[in-house]
Amino acid sequence: MAMGAQGGARRPFFRRRKTCPFSGENAPKIDYKDTKLLQRYISERGKIVPARISAVSTLKQRELAAAIKRARFLGLLPYVLK
Amino acid sequence: MPLYEHVFLARQDVTAQQVEEMIAQYKGVIEAGNGSIKKEEYWGVKSLTYRIRKNRKAHMALLNIDAPAAAVQEMERQMRISEDVIRFMTVKVEELEEGPSAMMQKRDRDERRGDRRRDRDGEEGGNFGDDNAPARDGEQNEGAN
Repeated sequence: MAMGAQGGARRPFFRRRKTCPFSGENAPKIDYKDTKLLQRYISERGKIVPARISAVSTLKQRELAAAIKRARFLGLLPYVLK
Repeated sequence: MPLYEHVFLARQDVTAQQVEEMIAQYKGVIEAGNGSIKKEEYWGVKSLTYRIRKNRKAHMALLNIDAPAAAVQEMERQMRISEDVIRFMTVKVEELEEGPSAMMQKRDRDERRGDRRRDRDGEEGGNFGDDNAPARDGEQNEGAN
């Protein structure tokens, strides 16, 4: 407990928490047809980027994952990239 | 009546005209089942990211449907039988989107860069041709000797 408190107070690089790119005003709509948008949320290998990296909110991450999987089924996005 | 977005992929060797005919055919099926097509989009031949039934490319089309479930099921049944349809997906949506979908809005502008480079090459060729070229040739010859 003590250690955790110390770490929080003295952390030299305090990075501001990024906000969810799909929340708030004029946020893009998650759509399985919008491959250009979805492509930003898959890794080089073709995997879905975890929310802790992309800072997408939990609710939107679920929506995003479903959209990516739909796009994969239609051959718009790859299942694996080598 | 429920609303659906329906995307289907047709074999790459059919013509665009045949795909239009297929769209009309399935539209007829929906209308026979007391439904209606709110929007139809033909996306053209798209390259697939992986092979589907030995196809590297496919014609893609989107139908926005307002129809009872039975009509959609009948259309899907016929698509399963058809040899030309390699894949389809129906998604139930709360509301159908207005205007062209994200797929139709995409426009890439790679061509411009290629043109510019070609123009520059042309100018350089003109300069060499005027009077510098003979002098340079002479210098090179001297160096070689």
